[in-house]
Amino acid sequence: MRYSIFSLARQALNYHKGWEKAWRSPELKPSYDAVIIGAGGHGLATAYYMAKEHGMTNIAVVEKGWLGGGNTGRNTTIIRSNYLQDASIAIYDLAHKLYADLSQEFNYNIMFSPRGLLMLCQTEHELRGFQRTAHANRIAGLECEMIDRQRVKELVPIINDRDDARYPILGAYYQASGGTARHDGVAWGYARGADQMGVDIIQNCEVTGLLRDGDQIVGVETTRGTINTKKVAVVTAGHTSHIMQMAGVSMPIESVCLQAMVSEPIKPVIDVVVMANTVHGYVSQSDKGELVIGGGADAYNNYAQRGSFASLEHTATALVETFPIISRLKMMRQWGGIVDMTGDRSPIISMTDVKGLYVNGGWGTGGFKSIPGSGFVFADTIANDRPHPIAEPFGLKRFVRGEFIDESVASGVAH
Amino acid sequence: MTGKPYRLPDDSGAGRLLDRSKPLSFTFDGKKMTGYAGDTLASAVMANGRRVMGRSFKYHRPRGLITMGSEEPNALVGVGTGSRREPNLRATQVELFDGMTSVSQNRWPSLDFDVGIINNHMSRLFPSGFYYKTFMWPKTFWHKVYEPVIRNAAGLGVAPDGVDPDSYEQVHVHCDVLVVGGGVAGLAAAQAAAANGKRVMICDETPRLGGIADISNELIDGKSQLDWVREQAASLTAADNVHVMTRATVIGHYHHNYLMIFERLTDHNPALAAAGAPRHRLWKVRAGKVILASGASERTMTFANNDRPGVMLSSAARTLVERYGVAPGLMGLIFANNDDAYITALSLKRSGVGIARIVDVRENPQSEIITAAQDAGIETMFGHAVAGVETSAGGKQIDAVKIAPYVKGRGRVVNEITVPADFIAVSGGWNPVAHLWCHNGGKLQWDDTLACFKPKSHDDDIAIVGSANGTMDLAGCLKEGYAAGEKAGGKARLKKPRVVVRKQAPVEPMWFSPATGKYNEGNKHFIDLQNDVTAADLELAQREGYESVEHTKRYTTLGMATDQGKNSNVPGMGIIAEATGKAVPEVGTTTFRPPYTPFSFGAIAGTQRGKLFHVIRRTAVYDWHTSQTSVMEPVGDWRRPYCYPQGGESQQDAINREILNVRNNVGILDASTLGKIEIKGPDAGEFLNRMYTNMFAGLKTGKCRYGLMMNEMGFLMDDGVTAKLADDHYLMHTTSGGADRIAAWLEEWLQTEWYDLKVYVTPVTEQWSQFAIAGPNARKVLEKLGSDIDLSHEALPFMAMATGDIAGFPVRLFRISFSGELSFEVATPANYGQDLWDKILEAGKEFGIAPYGTEALHVLRAEKGFIVVGDETDGTVTPHDVGMSWAVSKKKPDYIGKRSLEQAFLTEPGRKQLVGLATTDPNEVLPDGAPAVESGKLTGHVTSSYWSPTLKRSIAMALVKNGSERMGEKISFPLADKVIEAEIVDPVFYDKEGARQNV
Repeated sequence: MRYSIFSLARQALNYHKGWEKAWRSPELKPSYDAVIIGAGGHGLATAYYMAKEHGMTNIAVVEKGWLGGGNTGRNTTIIRSNYLQDASIAIYDLAHKLYADLSQEFNYNIMFSPRGLLMLCQTEHELRGFQRTAHANRIAGLECEMIDRQRVKELVPIINDRDDARYPILGAYYQASGGTARHDGVAWGYARGADQMGVDIIQNCEVTGLLRDGDQIVGVETTRGTINTKKVAVVTAGHTSHIMQMAGVSMPIESVCLQAMVSEPIKPVIDVVVMANTVHGYVSQSDKGELVIGGGADAYNNYAQRGSFASLEHTATALVETFPIISRLKMMRQWGGIVDMTGDRSPIISMTDVKGLYVNGGWGTGGFKSIPGSGFVFADTIANDRPHPIAEPFGLKRFVRGEFIDESVASGVAH
Repeated sequence: MTGKPYRLPDDSGAGRLLDRSKPLSFTFDGKKMTGYAGDTLASAVMANGRRVMGRSFKYHRPRGLITMGSEEPNALVGVGTGSRREPNLRATQVELFDGMTSVSQNRWPSLDFDVGIINNHMSRLFPSGFYYKTFMWPKTFWHKVYEPVIRNAAGLGVAPDGVDPDSYEQVHVHCDVLVVGGGVAGLAAAQAAAANGKRVMICDETPRLGGIADISNELIDGKSQLDWVREQAASLTAADNVHVMTRATVIGHYHHNYLMIFERLTDHNPALAAAGAPRHRLWKVRAGKVILASGASERTMTFANNDRPGVMLSSAARTLVERYGVAPGLMGLIFANNDDAYITALSLKRSGVGIARIVDVRENPQSEIITAAQDAGIETMFGHAVAGVETSAGGKQIDAVKIAPYVKGRGRVVNEITVPADFIAVSGGWNPVAHLWCHNGGKLQWDDTLACFKPKSHDDDIAIVGSANGTMDLAGCLKEGYAAGEKAGGKARLKKPRVVVRKQAPVEPMWFSPATGKYNEGNKHFIDLQNDVTAADLELAQREGYESVEHTKRYTTLGMATDQGKNSNVPGMGIIAEATGKAVPEVGTTTFRPPYTPFSFGAIAGTQRGKLFHVIRRTAVYDWHTSQTSVMEPVGDWRRPYCYPQGGESQQDAINREILNVRNNVGILDASTLGKIEIKGPDAGEFLNRMYTNMFAGLKTGKCRYGLMMNEMGFLMDDGVTAKLADDHYLMHTTSGGADRIAAWLEEWLQTEWYDLKVYVTPVTEQWSQFAIAGPNARKVLEKLGSDIDLSHEALPFMAMATGDIAGFPVRLFRISFSGELSFEVATPANYGQDLWDKILEAGKEFGIAPYGTEALHVLRAEKGFIVVGDETDGTVTPHDVGMSWAVSKKKPDYIGKRSLEQAFLTEPGRKQLVGLATTDPNEVLPDGAPAVESGKLTGHVTSSYWSPTLKRSIAMALVKNGSERMGEKISFPLADKVIEAEIVDPVFYDKEGARQNV
């Protein structure tokens, strides 16, 4: 059923009783050509592109809870591609470009909003780091620029631009095409799109085991029955290690809680996304008017989706200092999500030593912005049983070879 | 004021909290109004005859207050002006003071005439989630056209301007027992817990203890509940071991009984703020035991247009009358499914407010209170429900209430009657306030009898009592309160008060009251008032497959308003349950997360703002530096002098002068910020061997060695010189920025991996002032100062250290050099720092001594090809990459990063390696980070780049692919506006043999 202002008007006449389900609730079949574990953004995108680009429609996405309920529904919805390393630029730029067309492609408005994104420079060291990134991005053909304090002030009128600020604004690294999208919309758009092509999305279906025959994957055990399949893709960020262990594969990942929070809704005060890595905080304003705030992860490993107050305080304090009006606003809601942390803080999109077992995770704090790119290259990797060129640098082999993709110089805290 | 119809006369007995001798004037939307001391803003505005206090988020429908406290979703206002304006305050919670300026929100141009109401007229086009289905064409219009319009229409209040003038603070406390909530159950719990001498804290969100005892009608020990709670509150306040807090909301329960209490100190009295009191205080409490007595909150009922101003909770109507002497209207109708609303009916009648009748969903409920209401002459109508309201003035005024026999389901209503009334007091049952119970993992279960979720289990040392626990009768509340207090406080037994147990007729859940006309066609049954989520929206979400309650919530925005679902969650789940044919507990529940109520970011930041945000660390010589230069550079939390311009000198000139003075005479640098960590214990040498890439075990006492530190991945993370002070005692120097990180890193390894090593790690950076005296005349300066240390090259050669006196100051003296010159680093206890600094400058005068700053330091080291971790390294660089293979031990069995360093990629030829760069044009200084590009590919970047006054040309270091094999090659660095060409050279530009430092 196509969505448009006309279908809305038509349905309005009937008090919206004629809308169809956005996706089916199919029964689990006993076998599929491929099973994707995890119906988050990355898993759904993978399914979508497997069906769309590779014609693989006899596939299932199994999800322990409700689709889009993990980090896809818990992040601060930032989209950017101004990374330092070539491998990172490639995947995040692909994602960025795909994001730009998703609403039209899905016929589902994901509210992609290239409202502009600034990464503040608040120390000389940070300034030099971003200058290096700026040069690298220019060579890679990304449209980004260093801007001065005056321009920062114009873009962010509520910023503390005092000379005697603890960390005075020295400038910012600006990606005008960076921005945000509606996180739930992304998950739902992919789900609806995949479903329409015949992909079975099975919610409330927890994976309890991965079945191997020698070094070949042969099936998945779930709370709703066993599935026979020759291809299994694990896309369960936050629980990657846990699921992969079911196939006997250890992952170089630690799991920590990352928190975010929103203020009560207020009339618009900030139109762009601002990341302040020196003080560890970032902020944007949602279309509803809430300030959406994120910060650093907890320093200890954790599977409970509850963060420490200390981390939250650290972030809130940074924001109050950087945007003084926030002091008198109220924090309305906070939440946590479990993020996979790899040693180099870059993701894993990989084949494994088990034939037919693929893994996509380790996104750390930066998964949302990469969803379309990640799904696109992972689908290709699974369909062709070899790494997509953009996925290749993110393979597990890099941990054996030491070929890390470290972005720490370019972003102190937040991806 | 008596002229107003809504303020009840003094002799009615209503308005207990008012001091009618103290009128207060205030403004609402610019209109001057008067209230009394004791009023809330909401009650005062209502007393002035105004019921509409806000507009809803989406449809801009006029709204009046519905609750009595912090859960209010409708009556949101802005209070204050300019930098003291605060948006989105709940008028029901705002205590009135003289001169208050308040405004309504989310309306234009005025509250009574809001053009946004057009959304209401077009609401059929705007069901939940409509925005996912449209605004997609043309592509750029979302961001450029639709979204800006939506953004401007959204949001509630207006943010303040500028910097918050008020102050905030935080307090850390421990207590044995924290009682949350000062109602009957909480008071009983606190008394019992305190009776045995335990340290007890009891806090309540409202300005006074007592909960809703004052609007309840049962007796305790033959006294009114109000008298009883007053006695209890007084005795707790007087007790030495009890800390009573009011206007204090527990906003979160975290791991291990760690709780945050948000206390509001001045919002009710700006004179206190003017006198300098902090506005908010955040109490961080570590409690041995927690007793939650957070009460219950009343639910509304879902009927057509149940959002009209004048529809309010029964408890809110009662509160208005009893506490504030305000009639909710002239003629009210009570709509209930439980007994509590009958107390309201009696209370209103007693105060002279008209009661049209009580409409009760229940078929034939029987209890004492129902009989009492009937005896008082109040008409009751059982088995009926409100089916809708008739309004005028654009929905701002209720004229009559439509009543119909109650039939469960979605059927069409027949046999409707209409009763004139201008307000409706609604009671749909009570929900335990169990939010805090859930913050740290407490479980809830559905209770069919009470039709609510109530607490089930918890792993923490936490109890929940009274109505928060689903115990809805007075006797039960007291019993549970005392029992929990005794359990937490020990054996002292209190004499318990007597209560007559009164039987209540059971509540009958009613999730949806049908209206006339076809179901849902034109009628709006609101569930989430602020966000304008209707029953039809929730059903639409089910129809479209957003079936998980979390999907429904996100698709419709149910429970996402500032009340965070306090009013809407359970009714919403009731609707979903009916729509899907499930039981409510099968629908699930959403997660309760902190904060319980929204609270200020100011309180979270506390005093950590402005000057106290990341307090600037100062060396002992900081004041001297700032008296000599204004050019200070942040380095970590420190501020260091960047350079010392003299008499109109430019910064570049000053830097050049400082450098040449070090090369030709002698300079002095305040190096106190350098990280200093003492490492002591029999295994100290072994520990260093494992932390550094090079060997430390063989180091002799009195000698120094430069060390490189890698992380587990084989990449450089710090460097510095470590001196051996004694067999079991080392002093490690780290980079200034790395001092804290490295201290934590050492501790982490000792505590988590090598706990068998006998080593203590003690950061001493701030205990010592340390100065580098560098230049050909350095020794002469020290000789002039006088020392018991033999300063000769033979006795104290390069990389040696000694302990002794200089000019009478106790010092550690190190022959180490970061400039390549003859250099002594002299460390003295920080208290002597300024004195020693002065003495050195005085003694050095005749030798041309001058201070140099951080930039000269960097140029001096770059001329020598010394790396700075963080400049030449970026987390991807190995010791080999920077040409320091000599510092990587081949003998040691293991050290951090060793295995990684052997990985294929890290040992491959052709990695990026550190080189020097000499630009073809010697006057051209490459920018930092400039990219080396070969065949269109990025093959390197500039890591450091300076003008060298020593060499009178530019110098730079870079990491370039296969750089160390490409000496003499030329590469280009394309910038935005030009291309700079440079030759790859040895990174050591000056004194390659190191002769100058070795004299």
